[in-house]
Amino acid sequence: MMWLRRAIGFTLIAMIAATTPAISYAHGVAGQRFFPTTFAVDDPFISDEFSVLYNSITMNDEAGRARIRTTLLDVGYSKRVVPNFGIEVDEGYQRLRTDGAGTVSGFGNLGVNVKYQLYTSAEHETILSVGVSDEIGDTGNRNVGSDSFSTISPDFYFGKGFGDLPDSVGLLRPLAVTGVLGLNFPSRPQTVMVNGQTGELDTARNPTTLTWAFTVQYSLMYLQSAVKDVGLGVPFNRMVAVVEFPMETCLNGACKRQTTGTVNPGLAWIGKYTELGIAAEIPMNPRSGAGTGVFVLFHLFIDDLFPKSIGSPIFP
Amino acid sequence: MKKVERSSDVLAAAALLFVVFLFIMPDTARGHAYPDHADPKVGSTISVAPTRVRIWFDSALEPVFSTIMVHNADGRMVDKGDGHVDASDPTLLEISLPPLPPGTYRVIWNVVARDTHRTMGNYVFTIK
Repeated sequence: MMWLRRAIGFTLIAMIAATTPAISYAHGVAGQRFFPTTFAVDDPFISDEFSVLYNSITMNDEAGRARIRTTLLDVGYSKRVVPNFGIEVDEGYQRLRTDGAGTVSGFGNLGVNVKYQLYTSAEHETILSVGVSDEIGDTGNRNVGSDSFSTISPDFYFGKGFGDLPDSVGLLRPLAVTGVLGLNFPSRPQTVMVNGQTGELDTARNPTTLTWAFTVQYSLMYLQSAVKDVGLGVPFNRMVAVVEFPMETCLNGACKRQTTGTVNPGLAWIGKYTELGIAAEIPMNPRSGAGTGVFVLFHLFIDDLFPKSIGSPIFP
Repeated sequence: MKKVERSSDVLAAAALLFVVFLFIMPDTARGHAYPDHADPKVGSTISVAPTRVRIWFDSALEPVFSTIMVHNADGRMVDKGDGHVDASDPTLLEISLPPLPPGTYRVIWNVVARDTHRTMGNYVFTIK
């Protein structure tokens, strides 16, 4: 009855959101800087938002052959409880198509994240946040690789715009960086599995990993409205060029010191209520993928759509 | 596998309904206000001193909470102090200027949109 639990959970979140009071605050904004939501690197701010992320990339199998096409559709909702503290819930549906071995599909583990935006500087266009995320074990489908154990991750988030640079280097002022540093602890140190070929028990150590992910952004929106009107029209005057570097390094176990990651160059378009984005996903090594993948992002700013009702914090 | 497919259908349907709900039920207020264009233009160099600065935003502004100032290169206010939101166009924020000598001037704005979201910013223009 997992589907029923998910449906009930989703409905409860929608009901809680629908009964919140009518006051609103800004999201992802520090001074003149608007930080867009990015693809694979979590945002440094907390907000009321709903997002759908599509991702597709080919992975190598254990023998190093490019033969597993992975497709993910991830749906997430985040809600501010108080102006600087909120909770995010996300769930992904994944399909794995393996050459010669058919297709399996199913949900990944449910992700829950709490985040506290502890520092915002308008003058220096800076946002700092801390949070804890939990990928809840055994809530997804094992066929698509969902772990039977949880992974708990304390994270530090940062966002910094360079609008405080002097006017003499004005064309650098639209630059910004965001990023995440976090450790990912498995709730169980090891997993015991039955070997399908020998029937014996195999033990696999569940590693602790380090997430170090960052983005470099250049905001045409910022250029146009704060540095120099270069005559950009619709839709370019609301675009942000983004390059993501989501990296993860294994700290122990069989994968110790191995790093996986991708370089994701893309574009985000910021509308009044929505953000649309598309990015390529270029693996940095064979462990990270076998070919260029793609991200497509659709994002709704709930606090802009419903600033006086469900888009405001529960306790403003 | 049937259970997986069924849960997929339920989540997809729930997400679709939620998105439809979002689009058909928006509040009447608009989102954050950001500059659309300005006169003098952002970062421009002009040869004739302007008599006023005007910024058009992409959303209606709250007149009481929206301000605009113009400073010279020394950081001194040089405007006439009559910054206001235009009565007939609530997206237009403007302020009058006395005759200004050549130099670089900074326009500083701070506005609240109808949805109570505050945004702020500044830009420079130069009179040669």
